[in-house]
Amino acid sequence: MTLPEAAPTPTKATAPGTEAAAPGTGTAPGPAAAAPTPAKATAPGTGTAGGWRGRKALLLTLALVATLLLLALVSAGTGAYRIPTADVLASAQHRLGLGGAPLDRVGESVLWNVRLPRVVLALLVGACLGCAGALMQGVFGNPLAEPGVIGISAGAAVGAVAAIGLGLSFFGNWTITVCAFVSGLATVSAVYLLSRNGGKTEVVTLILTGIAVNAFAGALIGLFVFFADSGQVNQITFWQLGSLAQATWPKVLAVLPCAAAGLFIAPLYARRLDLLSLGERPARHLGVDVERLRLALILVVALLTAAAVAVAGVITFVGLLVPHLLRMANGPGHRFLVPGSALAGAVVLVAGDLAARTLAQPAELPLGVLTALIGSPFFFWLLRRTRRKQGGWA
Amino acid sequence: MTRTHTTAPGTGAARPGALSRLFARGRRTVPARPAPGTALAEAVDLHVRLGQREVLAGIDLSARAGEVLALVGPNGAGKSTLLAALAADLPAASGEVRIDGRPVGDWSAPDLALRRSVLPQAAALSFPFPVGDVVRMGRAPWAGTPFAEADEEAVAAAMAVVEVGEFAARPFSALSGGERARVALARVLAQRAPLLLLDEPTAALDLRHQELVLRICRERARAGDAVVVVLHDLGLAAAYADRAAVLHDGRIAADGPPAEVFEDALLSRVYRQPVEVLPHPRTGAPLVVPVRAVEGSYDGLVSQAGT
Repeated sequence: MTLPEAAPTPTKATAPGTEAAAPGTGTAPGPAAAAPTPAKATAPGTGTAGGWRGRKALLLTLALVATLLLLALVSAGTGAYRIPTADVLASAQHRLGLGGAPLDRVGESVLWNVRLPRVVLALLVGACLGCAGALMQGVFGNPLAEPGVIGISAGAAVGAVAAIGLGLSFFGNWTITVCAFVSGLATVSAVYLLSRNGGKTEVVTLILTGIAVNAFAGALIGLFVFFADSGQVNQITFWQLGSLAQATWPKVLAVLPCAAAGLFIAPLYARRLDLLSLGERPARHLGVDVERLRLALILVVALLTAAAVAVAGVITFVGLLVPHLLRMANGPGHRFLVPGSALAGAVVLVAGDLAARTLAQPAELPLGVLTALIGSPFFFWLLRRTRRKQGGWA
Repeated sequence: MTRTHTTAPGTGAARPGALSRLFARGRRTVPARPAPGTALAEAVDLHVRLGQREVLAGIDLSARAGEVLALVGPNGAGKSTLLAALAADLPAASGEVRIDGRPVGDWSAPDLALRRSVLPQAAALSFPFPVGDVVRMGRAPWAGTPFAEADEEAVAAAMAVVEVGEFAARPFSALSGGERARVALARVLAQRAPLLLLDEPTAALDLRHQELVLRICRERARAGDAVVVVLHDLGLAAAYADRAAVLHDGRIAADGPPAEVFEDALLSRVYRQPVEVLPHPRTGAPLVVPVRAVEGSYDGLVSQAGT
């Protein structure tokens, strides 16, 4: 296919009613042919760079998947009731009908009713948080946007706390998730509208908006706690610290639709997120319907955050830390970053939950506390590094 | 001479579903090559308001295929606003902007992207993409059409022509202002739309690259594209533009070939600065020079300007 310089001429388009253009030859009439360029002249430099990056992304993906499987296996076997890894595998094989052997009754119950739902839930929640972080940063064009930092997790938490505190149950198992989703959606929209001005988000405005939203959400949660009875207070407090201790299969099922929908839809926007990093107008000039993109992504972020918050409480910094590390490892392209952040988020949270369960045995650390303990210093380091490199965020 | 393509969202993985309307890119019509002289962008009695202020008041202008049109005028005259209105970034308060014969509002964003490319005044990037990727973003509108085959060739050609080929692997954030401006221009050129709207493409560039950019504009016009370029340097406009539109207070004070439009009285009035227009001794192109006093006689000049 010979394309004349700057000449998007449909080569095989027949021209009804126009001058007789030679079909299929691509000889555009007129001056367009004046500047011919060799077709398919690929630049060797850029081509190999792309290939190398593709290989790197593949390697990273494989490494992350391997780590995730390994961690899941270790996590399933580790705890007060220790199950050797070989037995975990044998039991899984048995359940899948591929031979193997079941464990004894207690072991089987511990593995399948306590450990595995917890591992799966950690994986799901981590994937949601990582992916939501990458999307938020892309939408705001800002590496500090994270559901926890700008108050969306807290907003979703208000809905969940309200559901617990008021004893709501209109959607059965899904009640807390639905409430978290609705309040999360309201919060994302509010933050977006409040922090944007003339198509731009200044970092200071974004962070200050986050502070205000967090404070307001904190006050609402406080109110619900104040009016709740002591049983509910326990439930709320425990849940607020962020924990996966009460993981069950029904809980997994309660968040699975939200999480799966969000995780499948998110990568479809990767290319448009790349374009959005040029700014809103340039993205529109390249054919992105920016309004629609934003609307869709805010919905997806609300879905993912609500799914995570509804079962695990407020777990911060995963969405901030994970996309940052991946960007350092493989560049800012969203086609790897969005699904990669989901995968790496899962790794981080499965590891985090394993640590939360085992570090202070027999006690169990709240997962949210642990991620904040590790995440906050990372945040400091990030601030320092950015200051050194570009004089801070204006 | 058009053909339609149903394209999948983003990378090409079609996912029909309940929310598919949110994701679908819909049908696009690949434009044919314009015949020389076709008006690719037209403003008809265009009024644009920014807040309370009427920034453009009754603009009639067309950008034709095969022509470089320079928009010149003092700061705040409305050059960039006019360009933004032609790019469909700003809505008309009254009047109309037509792209490729249809009102801008009738085109979808993906359709417009096949018809016009826009170079913004300042090139920004939220994340440190390598230069090659930034230029490749210019090819996004063609994804899913047969022209996507030419992506790599278009990217390489665009980078070569603005001389940024050797930066391909460097992150955009590590470049100087002038280098960034050239990368942004390469992205716009790689888009290969028949209408180019360039907002001060020479502002951050050195002498050599200013000339280079205007030569590229000329080449694109010769290849049949319409080029609209906002310029501050009247000498560049005079040397390279087929037509120049002088904006003044939101109106077009003059519109025509630079040799006719650039004359002392008009430019002196519009810029509120006495200027002389001289023919270049060799080429005859108009040279626009501010009237400068010989050292020591500033007083006379000031009183002269005041009259």
